[in-house]
Amino acid sequence: MPNMGWPVSEPLLQIRGLSKRFETARGTVHAVNDVSFDIPRGSITGLVGESGSGKTTLGRALLRLTDPSEGQTIFDGQDLNTLSAAGLRNARKRMQIIFQDPVSSLNPRLRVGDIIAEGLRAHRIGTPRSRRETVVALLEEVGLQADHRNRFPHEFSGGQRQRIGIARALALEPDFIVADESVSALDVSIQAQVLNLLLDLRERRNLTMLFIAHDLSVVEYLCDQIVVMYLGRVVESGPSRPLYSNPAHPYTRALLSAVPVPDPQPLRSRTILKGDIPSPLAPPSGCVFRTRCPHAIDICAQEAPEPVSVGPARQCYCKRTEDLYVPA
Amino acid sequence: MSEPVLHVSDLRVTFRARNRAVTALRDVAFTLDAGRTLALVGESGSGKSVSSLAIMGLLPKNGSVSGGSIRYRGSSGRVTEITAASEDEMRALRGAEIAMIFQEPMSSLNPLFTVGDQIGEMLLLHSDLDAASRRKRVLDMLELVEIPAAASRIDNYPHELSGGMRQRVMIALAMVCNPKLLIADEPTTALDVTIQAQILDLMRRLQKELGMSILFITHDMGVVAEMADDVAVMYAGAVVEQAGAQELFHRPSHPYTRGLLHSIPRPGRAEGVRLQSIPGMVPPLHAMPTGCAFAPRCARADNICAGPVALRDFAANHRVACFHAEHGVAGV
Repeated sequence: MPNMGWPVSEPLLQIRGLSKRFETARGTVHAVNDVSFDIPRGSITGLVGESGSGKTTLGRALLRLTDPSEGQTIFDGQDLNTLSAAGLRNARKRMQIIFQDPVSSLNPRLRVGDIIAEGLRAHRIGTPRSRRETVVALLEEVGLQADHRNRFPHEFSGGQRQRIGIARALALEPDFIVADESVSALDVSIQAQVLNLLLDLRERRNLTMLFIAHDLSVVEYLCDQIVVMYLGRVVESGPSRPLYSNPAHPYTRALLSAVPVPDPQPLRSRTILKGDIPSPLAPPSGCVFRTRCPHAIDICAQEAPEPVSVGPARQCYCKRTEDLYVPA
Repeated sequence: MSEPVLHVSDLRVTFRARNRAVTALRDVAFTLDAGRTLALVGESGSGKSVSSLAIMGLLPKNGSVSGGSIRYRGSSGRVTEITAASEDEMRALRGAEIAMIFQEPMSSLNPLFTVGDQIGEMLLLHSDLDAASRRKRVLDMLELVEIPAAASRIDNYPHELSGGMRQRVMIALAMVCNPKLLIADEPTTALDVTIQAQILDLMRRLQKELGMSILFITHDMGVVAEMADDVAVMYAGAVVEQAGAQELFHRPSHPYTRGLLHSIPRPGRAEGVRLQSIPGMVPPLHAMPTGCAFAPRCARADNICAGPVALRDFAANHRVACFHAEHGVAGV
């Protein structure tokens, strides 16, 4: 498996052959299909993909907020999917999630202080007094004020609510945080504030993060390594810089070239993909991207591509990698 | 240069809410020239959508134009003052001359009618074509917006189409009467980036072929750079800067525009360099500061900023509403 080049030998999280299927009236939805990658300690890993790529389901399956259908999630040496209820409860203290929508993920009837302290209370950590002190320290750490603890979520703006969500996630001093589209709903000037806060927190607390997003520019700014998903499968993964400057998979190339760049240039060559993402009820055989891939040939329909190494810690899941990819 | 298709000046829109009046637009001014695309860009609450609703004469019941003018020059060269137009005049303009596409095609299409019926209805209202010619025209439109297998899709209901297809249908619906002015309010915001690229490409092609003017409302500076000939930047209910797209991106002059451009992560940024963010947040509509609304967040603000500030000519085809505007060395 990829070694992402971090000095620590064992990654904090190892994901092995993870799949999640949902049974629906119209058939089986293959939301996540045989996904494997590592998340190195202290890194921010970006999980990118469009609607229906399975990135949110994967994030939830990692935390066992939904139970995976197959595969392993090894967190600091323990397989989360075989843990007892008590073991899982303990592991969960160390893993937290920040949601996209700071309105629906904060209980409108609780005061901000109680929202942030809820995890501490649930795990019976500290006394009411020490919890209050923790809440105040957390509010200040995320750029809010001590007296905000007595207010209700509706009294805050979107950016401030996202800060409350972050403070709540930090309360149990987790090692690992999943941030699911945590800045997508924010205006850019506020988004920049929250992104910088996440970078500060990573440095200060040595956090490991999985940052799930559809905005590729944001992911490039924030993340050390990237995992690109399409229709439930990983198509490419690797360190951020080389992946962005020279994407290997045809889907990654199309995705990056579709991002509008805030600079008016008259000439920019771009690949515009034809058609829509197929239904996860009936994913294409072989390579799931082949129905939209400009380079697809017969063999792509026959079997799912195995990972091909395209550089240090970089993998590309494409049958035609050797024909198509020119190393930088 | 020919006379503009749309000329908005000193536009004020006021909403009544709980017995108090809040001003959503404060002296908004911008100009859209024939055959060009003007991007109206701003963050939540900047007033960009309210501006478009005012132009369509579709402000909600508790909102009204309380000052200024919206002059629309129609295909015959006739100028309509939209703020004074009757509902009948507006109904004749809407759909036929001025069309609109919205962010969320699912909620703008009627789930109970086929897409063919909905597009055909526009022709029923605004043309005297018979049923067979209407269907033919609808089919042509669906093909124009590159809907695959248009002949069978014409009888589909909206829920049978993907998000990207629905937005294509919305565009066909907007374009079927060959409007002069297309108002596109965040038309690709709900779409995935590869689908967004398809739709933007389609809009550019249609503009080239059909020659309409586009008022493109968006919060995404990347989309602005791709689509716009001219840009008007809105903040807290006012236009703070208007310029040609090249000029605006390379010489942003209002501190808000500069802050906005610096807040966007962009490719190839040096490692370890933090994004600049704009401190604070947009003031609420009922508590706008006097003078410049951006002053409380602005590093350059001083006493003079508490006084009235208006758009002024700053350079050729470049207007700024700031006492301290200056040309940067480079945009970003």
